[in-house]
Amino acid sequence: MQAFTYANPKTLKEALASLAGSWDEAAVLAGGTDLLSLMKQDVYAPKKVVNIKGLKELKGMERTGDGGFRIGAAVTIDELMKNRLLGEEFPALRAAAQGITSPQMRNMGTVGGDLCQRPRCWYYRNGFGLLATGTDGKSLVPSGENEFHAILGHGNKAFFVSASSFGPALVAYGAKLKIASASGVREVNAEDFFRVPASATEREVDLKPNEILTEIVLPVSRGSQSATYEVRQKEAFDWPLVTASVMVKLSGGNVSEARIALGHVAPTPWRSKEAEQAITGKAITEASVESAATAAVAAASPLSQNAYKVQLAKVALKRALLAAKG
Amino acid sequence: MSSPKETGKHPGAEAGVSRRGFLEVTGVGGAVVGTVVLDQPAQAQGAGARALGPGAVPITLNVNGKALKATVEPRMTLLDTLRGPLDHTGAKRVCDRGTCGACTVMMDGKSVYACTILAIDAQGTKIETVEGLTADLKNDVLINAFVEHDAEQCGYCTPGFMVAAKALLKENPRPTFAEVEAGLSGNLCRCGTYVGLRKAVLEAAQKGRA
Repeated sequence: MQAFTYANPKTLKEALASLAGSWDEAAVLAGGTDLLSLMKQDVYAPKKVVNIKGLKELKGMERTGDGGFRIGAAVTIDELMKNRLLGEEFPALRAAAQGITSPQMRNMGTVGGDLCQRPRCWYYRNGFGLLATGTDGKSLVPSGENEFHAILGHGNKAFFVSASSFGPALVAYGAKLKIASASGVREVNAEDFFRVPASATEREVDLKPNEILTEIVLPVSRGSQSATYEVRQKEAFDWPLVTASVMVKLSGGNVSEARIALGHVAPTPWRSKEAEQAITGKAITEASVESAATAAVAAASPLSQNAYKVQLAKVALKRALLAAKG
Repeated sequence: MSSPKETGKHPGAEAGVSRRGFLEVTGVGGAVVGTVVLDQPAQAQGAGARALGPGAVPITLNVNGKALKATVEPRMTLLDTLRGPLDHTGAKRVCDRGTCGACTVMMDGKSVYACTILAIDAQGTKIETVEGLTADLKNDVLINAFVEHDAEQCGYCTPGFMVAAKALLKENPRPTFAEVEAGLSGNLCRCGTYVGLRKAVLEAAQKGRA
């Protein structure tokens, strides 16, 4: 790990003033589970680290005035998982937290950190850059070790998968993220926060070096049913192979509204409007979830070693929909 | 990583003091032995917070109820600080990337990986290491259960498992088998003593106080 300076601001304003215009100048430190491993592997060497764990603006979980829910970005995964009210109203989010299996990780990691963590792509983690480029400027992934890479949305360029566990559930719920900078606060749809970088110098999230993700705002969940289903290689501490988060509203036994997002299949949480369309207007049955799952992966273009993820994505989505039905 | 072993940049090493003996640390107000030249803190920019480092800076950690002082670079992890300057070698350095659990300590009553926390960032929290959590070796129900069930072989993962198990039982004094499995899922044992470990934790829970 390269040497750096450490700042421990007491207020959000002070924290924002401690950041800089470039990622190389300053990095935000919350739980540190991702930042420290990136720095240890010399993938990232910021000159300054700014601790935001102590900021009261980033803490707490509570109901909002309109009946939704607010989660501070520095809330730990453990705190989120154990919040009874949140778990009852947003079960897809609780299930996503439960999927982060190590107690130590849940105790340290924060909700904001889960959303802002960098991809786990082993090319990226070993210094080949976000787009895993070789000396010829092309991605090493298609002809390399790609069993955990993207099957959707990679555009034959960005083959990493978004590592966020909460991303798909937040997209399914239509959550909004609040992002602060010295010039004010802006709000972004969770769905738009994640993006496919055009170059290796861009980030895969809509965040500038001088901004801090401060809170997540969930809309009212009343009248909706939701679930997350996760497939892992092993039951213990591991990253998911595929996840599916769904939120549906039922009217007279039929789906009147659906929001569906797959995780770990694309460079972003992958919202599937095709699957939403396929299930809307229908009752949730074995047959209808099969057609929704088929629609979700119709555009998949798997790589040499990850075609198995197409089937896993279908299974995860079917089981999430059946679980949401209850 | 910036471990004293790897880089030789342990602040004490420059003053010609042995690695272990560099900072003889006592309780509150314990004196810092050895001459350490501190870098001037970087100038504050605008209304931003004062930045400390990158050279060694004095820190105080609350370890097992004692305020311990050390002088470390901001990049030093809690684990390396505990094991080096603070001479608490119970937590082990194995993977050094938050996966194996051998470095597990409690922070404010919760299990965490000491290898993935900056020491400077751990100030103001209550840290409990395996040394503090197993002070009563003879009468510790969990230790006895570990022995009884062969919950260790080479023993290198044992301190981490011990802290993880203490944290689990603190939060859930009567766990089911599945809850024990989940509660220990952040720790690895290459010898494969998981069966004994789980039995030991269950038995300690049944016997009441662990």
